[in-house]
Amino acid sequence: MDISLINLIPLLMAASTPILLAGLGELVVEKSGVLNLGVEGMMITGAITGFMAAVATGSPTLGFLGGAAGGAVLALVFGVLTQGLMSNQVATGLALTLFSLGLSALLGQSFVGLKPPVTPELHIPVLSDIPVLGPMLFEHDGMVYFSLVALAAVWAFLRYSRPGLILRAVGENHAAAHALGYKVTRIRIFAILFGGAMAGLGGAYLSLVRVPQWTEGMTAGAGWIALALVVFAAWRPFPLLIGAYLFGGITVLQLNMQAAGVNVPVELLSMSPYLVTILVLVVMSAAGAAAGAPGSLGRAFHASR
Amino acid sequence: MIRLERRPAPSKSWTYLAPLLAVLATMIAGAIMFALLGKDPFLAIKTIFWDPIFSPQFGSYSRPQLLIKAGPLILIAIGLSLGFRAGIWNIGAEGQYIMGALAGAGLALALYPMELPILLPLMVIAGALGGWAWAMIPGLLRTMFNTNEILVSLLLVYVAEQILSAAAVGFLRNPEGGGFPGSRNLQGYPSAHNAEIIANSGIHWGVVAALIAVIAAYVLLQRHVLGFHIKLAGEAPRAAKLAGVNPARLILFCMGVSGTLAGMAGLFEVAGPAGKISIDFGAGYGFTAIIVAFLGRLHPVGILLAGLLMALTYIGGELAQLMLSLPAAAIQAFQGMLLFFLLAFDVFSHYRLRIATGRAA
Repeated sequence: MDISLINLIPLLMAASTPILLAGLGELVVEKSGVLNLGVEGMMITGAITGFMAAVATGSPTLGFLGGAAGGAVLALVFGVLTQGLMSNQVATGLALTLFSLGLSALLGQSFVGLKPPVTPELHIPVLSDIPVLGPMLFEHDGMVYFSLVALAAVWAFLRYSRPGLILRAVGENHAAAHALGYKVTRIRIFAILFGGAMAGLGGAYLSLVRVPQWTEGMTAGAGWIALALVVFAAWRPFPLLIGAYLFGGITVLQLNMQAAGVNVPVELLSMSPYLVTILVLVVMSAAGAAAGAPGSLGRAFHASR
Repeated sequence: MIRLERRPAPSKSWTYLAPLLAVLATMIAGAIMFALLGKDPFLAIKTIFWDPIFSPQFGSYSRPQLLIKAGPLILIAIGLSLGFRAGIWNIGAEGQYIMGALAGAGLALALYPMELPILLPLMVIAGALGGWAWAMIPGLLRTMFNTNEILVSLLLVYVAEQILSAAAVGFLRNPEGGGFPGSRNLQGYPSAHNAEIIANSGIHWGVVAALIAVIAAYVLLQRHVLGFHIKLAGEAPRAAKLAGVNPARLILFCMGVSGTLAGMAGLFEVAGPAGKISIDFGAGYGFTAIIVAFLGRLHPVGILLAGLLMALTYIGGELAQLMLSLPAAAIQAFQGMLLFFLLAFDVFSHYRLRIATGRAA
């Protein structure tokens, strides 16, 4: 296989899309002050529910909706437990992932080996006719564009809109936000649902476009990488895009190197995305990125009377 | 309207009641899940929880299996519980378990076929060091650069799995194995074999180590100042700081102990019940141990009981696979559900349910 920039960039964009979607969802969740470690679980659930919906209806669009719904349902369980029943967020997130890995395998039993309906590529008129750049950037499927639009929307929502400001206030200091009369728990539940839907979409993108089929445990740590990306991005949307594309680039590069039979052990190439993620986490934390974390991140809120 | 009122101190009785109710709720929800899968729910629950111990047909095989499965779960969970109590989240025990197994088995395979009476103890030390070193990566990164230990320890599981597969097909592969993946079987290497101490009891050195770990953790938490610091750091971080608890030392201690125990668990498994390094010798003990730690209330005695219960679901699950062709994934979901219910019922240990009438409040 040819390792050149023109071939690499479209592949890179597709490879980054699942973690960009999931990371974007988690970014909003964490901005509201909640740490949901169940991203991996919501992604794998979205991967199977999306796959089931797409196979059952023959429509990739309904498939993606099914994936988002699957992720959101599990996120709701997390929301009820952490916001309603005040459970520990770290433990609940882990429970979500452990449970989902089993549940998804159970749901997916009769779907192993099936082919999902093909998600069409959208060639953007005019732009896709530009030589070199056109095929590189403007001949993707709809979800790639959706992830970029969602990124801009989240950025604008958090930065310029009033609900976005309230969400950030809740995340920075839930006691103060509560004192101002904002419904901390309700806002957080909505953020958690959004995070679940986005993680579900990311998972569905894996099973419907990237692979495309269903295999047990197919997310293979993508959810954890999405969590790491949020830290890498210091809770800001555009650095998240850079992080996701950096990660996508490494994934594509190592896959192409494996295919090209480069004289490096396959296992070393396969572990490279995880090693790079760790390296990036270390560099960012050494640079003091943790200072950018929302003030109430991971802390339970209970309104006392 | 129903509302929650924070208790001044966690309720003692609910601390004990919550895990029991969680098990009960999981059985009910599990029964519904099995019924949806078209299985007889009562038969399924009986097959999982009753038959492995009491069935005359399977009991003699299953009872020793209980200890074989509970050993590693308890050993790992005891280590994890110390960190969880202090608010240090090592969730990469699966990776430390793998690296411990690789280090210990690697030592044995390097010395093969030399018979050496102290080989097994040396392997245990190597396994402990392997797990310890792998846990020290997130530990040191946390203390030196304040890098999130949750993410690093978890990501290192995927790295360890790749090293394991490289070992199984490459540098530790059995040279006489006809090119099949997997190392030499240590069960056929007397000095290295972690054999049963009493035949057909399921008790091997890993089970003994698990019991020692339970007692040591109990003494540490109840009688030693370090145990007090661990509890203090988790429950009142500010007070711990003022009391002069060194957070970096505490992190390295908790990560180190949990990694060491996970590494030892890996070694005992690979040198005993599993026998050889293969891609899937682990069975996910490192992750299930997280459930065990929480179900046991992060208390050594609780973990002992929770480990036995979780081992029962493993064996009962295998039995249900065999007898009722219940899918393996159903058991995994079942175990995950248990943690969910536990976390849900735990609300009652910290909060009181108040039904506000009228316009009171």
